[in-house]
Amino acid sequence: MPAIFDVALLASTIRLFTPILLAALGGMFTSRAGIFNVALEGMMLFGSFFGVVGVFWTGSAYIGLALAVLSATIVALIFGFFVIQFKGDATIIGLAINILALGLTTYTMRLIFGVTGGYYDPNLQGLPNITIPIISDIPLLGQVVSGHSIIVYAAFVIVGLAYIFLFRHPVGLHLRAVGENPQAAGSLGIHVKRVQYLSVILCGMLCGLAGAQLSISIVTQFVEGMTAGRGFIALVAIMFGQAHPVKILGASLLFGLAYAASLRLQGGAIPTQFVAMLPYVATILVLIGTRLRPRQSSTT
Amino acid sequence: MSSVTGQESSNAPPVVEMRGIVKRFNQTVALNGVDLTVKRGEVHAIVGENGAGKSTLMHILAGLIHPDRGQIALNGQPVTISSVESAYAHGIAMVHQHFMLLSSLSVAENLTLGKEPTRRGLFDRIAAAQAVINLGQRYNLVVNHAAKVADLSVGDLQRLEILRALYRGAEILILDEPTGVLTPQEAQGLFRVIRELKRDGKTTIFISHKLEEVLEISDSITVLRDGHVTGTLVTSQTTAPEIARMMVGREVFLKFDKPQITPGKPVLECVELCGPGVQQATFQVRANEIVGIAGVAGNGQSELADLIAGLLPSTAGTVKICGQDVTQASVSARRITGFANVPEDRYKHGLAAQGSVSDNLLMGVHDKPPLSRHGLLDLKAIANRAVELIKSFSIKTEKPASRASTLSGGNAQRIVIARELADNKPFILVAQPTRGIDIAASEFVREEILKRRNDGAGVLLISADLSEVISLSDRILVMYDGRIIGELPAAEADETRLGLLMAGIREETTNASKTA
Repeated sequence: MPAIFDVALLASTIRLFTPILLAALGGMFTSRAGIFNVALEGMMLFGSFFGVVGVFWTGSAYIGLALAVLSATIVALIFGFFVIQFKGDATIIGLAINILALGLTTYTMRLIFGVTGGYYDPNLQGLPNITIPIISDIPLLGQVVSGHSIIVYAAFVIVGLAYIFLFRHPVGLHLRAVGENPQAAGSLGIHVKRVQYLSVILCGMLCGLAGAQLSISIVTQFVEGMTAGRGFIALVAIMFGQAHPVKILGASLLFGLAYAASLRLQGGAIPTQFVAMLPYVATILVLIGTRLRPRQSSTT
Repeated sequence: MSSVTGQESSNAPPVVEMRGIVKRFNQTVALNGVDLTVKRGEVHAIVGENGAGKSTLMHILAGLIHPDRGQIALNGQPVTISSVESAYAHGIAMVHQHFMLLSSLSVAENLTLGKEPTRRGLFDRIAAAQAVINLGQRYNLVVNHAAKVADLSVGDLQRLEILRALYRGAEILILDEPTGVLTPQEAQGLFRVIRELKRDGKTTIFISHKLEEVLEISDSITVLRDGHVTGTLVTSQTTAPEIARMMVGREVFLKFDKPQITPGKPVLECVELCGPGVQQATFQVRANEIVGIAGVAGNGQSELADLIAGLLPSTAGTVKICGQDVTQASVSARRITGFANVPEDRYKHGLAAQGSVSDNLLMGVHDKPPLSRHGLLDLKAIANRAVELIKSFSIKTEKPASRASTLSGGNAQRIVIARELADNKPFILVAQPTRGIDIAASEFVREEILKRRNDGAGVLLISADLSEVISLSDRILVMYDGRIIGELPAAEADETRLGLLMAGIREETTNASKTA
C-alpha cells in the first residue's frame, strides 16, 4: 500500500478544505448574530451553479466568481428576509432554501445547458492556479502552498479579517452582542435587524466563494447537488470551532484532510463506498465529541 | 435640600412632563391618561402594584415603546422619543430590572457598547477601560473594567448598568425595581449612589413597590393603579399606609394574625444534606410551623428546594419526610409520603401553561381515586374538583377549560396553590410564592399558607421577599454560599440582622466591627 500521507495529500487537503472553511466562516457570522443557519448547503450550491453559468456566458472565470457570490448573497437575503423580517423558524426556512437550491439548479441546468446530471465542457476555463514566485521553487512547501486558486488564498486572508472584525471592530462587537442578547443590544440603540442582515449578507458572500471553489476552481463543471453535504459539515466545523475564526480554520482542515484521504484511498483495498464515507464519519465523530464536551462560552 | 428643589421648580420647567399618556396592548389598556411631572434634580418614585403600568410608563419615557396618545415635554420643550437612541440623545437612560448586559463581554465592552471609542476604525480597548475607571471614580462606583460580566456579582452588574447610563450622558436615570435583587446593605450602597447622583444634579426616577425604601430615598412619589395615577405625593408629607391605600385602593395589612402554636413532630428533617450548590444543610421543619429561608438569590436556596423535592440528586446526607427516609426516593414517592411543592418558577415547574386550568389542577393527583378509576380518568369527578377549587381559591378564569397561560400571574399562582394545598399534605415546600404577583393575590397566597400551618402542616418557605419571610415565618434560616449560616426566631429578626447574614457576615464578626 502506498504511503497515504505525502505532499500531494496536503496539497489536495488545502484545495478541498477551502469550501468548508469559507462556508463555516459565513455560518459563523450568522451564528454569532443569533441565527442558526442550515442553509449554508443551499447557498453554496447556488454559488457553484451560477459560477459555472457565469463562465459559460462570458468566458471569464472572474465574472463567474462574481456571479457565484452575487447569487448566493441574493439567496442569503431571501433567507434573511424570512428569518429576520418575518421571524420565521430559521431551521425550517434553511431547509426550504436547501431544497429550493437543489431543485432550481437542477432544473435551470437543463434549461441553460440542456443536460441532466452534470455539465462539463473542457473548453471552459475556470479560475487559474496561482503560482507564488520563490515559494513555488521551494521543494515540498512549494507543492503544498503554491498553485491554488485565488479563492484558497483569499480564504486564509478572510480568517484574519474575520477575527479582526469580530473581536476588534465595533460592528463585530455589535454582532456578538446581538447574538447573545438581542434585547439588551437593542436597548443600547444597536439596530438588531441591521446587524443580522449584515451577518446574513456576509454569510451569503462567503458561501458563494465556497461554491465557486467547488465548481470553477478545482475543475470547471457543475454536478447536481455537488456540494454533497459540505454545508452541513461546515455547520459542524462552526460548532467544533466554537464560532471562532481560527478554531474554525483548524476544524475545517481536519475535514479537508478527511476528504483528501478519502480521495486518495479510492481504488485501494477498501471498497470505494466505505472510503467515500470517510469525511462524513469524521463529521459524526467530531459532532459526538463536540456535543459531549461541556459547553464553553465562545469568545477570544 | 428639598427646599432648594422646591425653589428651583417654581422657576424652571419640570425636567420631565408627561401628559395624558395612553397605551394599549391588544385589548388591555396598560396606561389610561397618565400624567407625570418630575422636577430637576429630585428622586422621584413611581409606585404601584404589578400591572399598574409603572414599567410601561417608563418604557415610553426611555423610548422602548411608543404611546398611543399623550405628550412628553423635557425641560418645557415638547419632544417625541421615538427610540432608545433618541431617549439617550435627550439624556434619558433606563436601568432595567433584568440587566441588559452581555455576559460574555468585558465590563469595558459592556460600558461602551453601542457608543464605542475607536482608534483607526477599531475598538479602542484602552479608552474603554479608562472610561470605566474615570466614571467609577467620579461617582464612587468601582467595577473592575477587565472582568467578564459573567463573573460579576449582582451589585456590580447594577453598578455597571448605572455607569453605562452615565457614560451615555444620562441626566435622567430611570431605575426599574433596582433593589429587588440586592441585600439590604447593597440597597443602602445603591441609595448612596443615588444621593451622589443627586448632588451632581442628576434626576432619578425610581420604580418600586417597596414602601420603606420609597420613603427613605425619594423626594416625591407618583402612585399608579390599573393604568391611572391615584396619587402624587411629597415624600416628607406622607406615610406608608397612605401610599399603600393609593396603590391597592383599600387598606392593606402587612401584619398577619399568627396564633402562637407549639410546633409538633418534625415533618422534614435534613441532615448534612449536600448537593450541587448546597453544603451540609441540617435543619428541621415541624408540624404547625413555618420555617423561612432568607438569602440573596443564587446562594443555594433553589437547589435546596430541588434537593428536597427530589429534582436534584443529593451527594451526601439524608432527607426525611414525615419520619421516612426519602433521600433516594423519586419525586412521586416523596409526594405520596406527604409532600406538596409550590415551585419557584410557576410556569416552568408549577404549571403546564398550554394545558387547561382544570388539567393543571389535576396534575399529580390524576392517578388516584376518586379522580381515576380502573386506570381511566373520571372526567366528571375531575370537573367537579376543578369547579370546587376554582371557587374556593378564587381563581379568575373564563372557564375551567381555559389555558393556564391566559391567566394573570396571580391567578396562575392560585392554581398552583390550590392544587398543592388542597390535599392537606403534612409538609409543604413553598418557593417564591408571591414573586411577580399583585398585592391582593399575594395576600391571599400568604393567608392560605398560614392557614395550612395553623391546621397542622409544616411549611418551608423560601422567598427573596424579606418582609414576607419575616411576617410569615416562625423561624428563619439564612443561606449564604450554599450553607445555612444562621438561624433566628422570627420575633428577633429584622432586615438589618438578616441582611448581614445574607451578606455572609455572622453575628460575632458584626459585633466586632460595630465596636471597631
